[in-house]
Amino acid sequence: MPLSREQIAQRIAREIKDGYYVNLGIGIPTLVANYIPPDVAVMLQSENGLLGIGAFPTPDAVDPDLINAGKQTITTTKGAAFFSSADSFGMIRGGHIDLTVLGAFEVDQQGNIASWMVPGKLVKGMGGAMDLVAGATNIIVAMAHANKEGESKLLTQCTLPLTGVACIHHVVTDLAFLSIKNGAFHLKERAPGVSIDYIRAHTAGNLVVTGDVPEMRLS
Amino acid sequence: MAGFDKVVPNYESALAGFTDGMTVMVGGFGLCGIPEGLIQQVYKMGTTGLTCISNNAGVDDFGLGFWLKKRQIKTMIGSYVGENRLFESLFLSGEMQVILTPQGTLAEKIRAGGAGIPAFYTATGYGTPVAEGKETREFNGRHYVLETALKADFALIKAWKADTSGNLIYRKTARNFNPMMATAGKITVAEVEEIVPTGALDPDAIHTPGIYVDRIIVGTFEKRIEQRTLTEKG
Repeated sequence: MPLSREQIAQRIAREIKDGYYVNLGIGIPTLVANYIPPDVAVMLQSENGLLGIGAFPTPDAVDPDLINAGKQTITTTKGAAFFSSADSFGMIRGGHIDLTVLGAFEVDQQGNIASWMVPGKLVKGMGGAMDLVAGATNIIVAMAHANKEGESKLLTQCTLPLTGVACIHHVVTDLAFLSIKNGAFHLKERAPGVSIDYIRAHTAGNLVVTGDVPEMRLS
Repeated sequence: MAGFDKVVPNYESALAGFTDGMTVMVGGFGLCGIPEGLIQQVYKMGTTGLTCISNNAGVDDFGLGFWLKKRQIKTMIGSYVGENRLFESLFLSGEMQVILTPQGTLAEKIRAGGAGIPAFYTATGYGTPVAEGKETREFNGRHYVLETALKADFALIKAWKADTSGNLIYRKTARNFNPMMATAGKITVAEVEEIVPTGALDPDAIHTPGIYVDRIIVGTFEKRIEQRTLTEKG
């Protein structure tokens, strides 16, 4: 069975280590916060100027001056800090964030990522994504393996305008956990019950399979 | 006004000298920390041909969305179109020039503008459409793009508290782009929630020193929320 969005988030949460500063993008990445084990201390960064994102507020604690990068109302955790956008991207660009999780339209076997526009159709803007992929050393892309038309999003070469070049090393999809190196996707884990052949059929880029590929453990 | 007293009595005097064709920075991230009354005043004045530098362009019926509605912006420099349908259609139709800039690069371009640095190298955007036509250079085996500084004729910013000399304190994530923009405007106008006498703010707590601020006005803020999200347990 392919993973749900929540299960993709659950698998990624296992990559978070105690003491990490983490930036989670919009979409599936945001869900990762729900699966961080209670014994793992994490500071979540919001690029609009906060370290220490807390839970969503109760109705009486809603504060319009306190939002995350997705413009959602939030609270802060103990030990939180506010700062300007320049400071925020200083810590991103300067490589101080331990793990970045973001979504994408396409990823290719060179580690290129496209996530910010579909020419002539959809313009969202890159927001902080280009800075995040340029500055972070440890990035996981969370996305569906194929788009709504059933076409693979793991390509030989991205077709959409790029967000960053040769910067993605790990991708978690509803079908698999993959690493990218030496111009290929390397299959590391399969979603429970999903065969290697099925993954191969849904991967347009070069897929390398070595030995027995274990099934994912979600928690 | 006398000495360091920068408080102005109304929006007309806050925006005196603001004319067609100017470059203007507007603080805020989404609708958080935007100078609501100053934006309204520019809308009322109908100033056109503006080059507007702001991370977002508001939503369809709030914030900079008003300027879009009246076609007051000729060129928009920002990082995120997002939820604004009018912005997206003006961009796609070519009616408004849009220079999409990575958020961190935008923040740094403004910071550089205020700090007298004409340009800087960043790895952000290398190999993407953002780097097209720009000088690149390799440092220690990595590629970087040369990005130039941004300045503005007017910087319209929002702070929480000011003293009459223009020392500013921001609140929570309403800080965002406001501190850098304060430094990069030839004329910086701060719309604030409260003005206290000079000397009433702890000098250690000030985020933006008054040297950067030319005019201060007390505004009234609706503080509209884009995504009201609540805890499920609440």
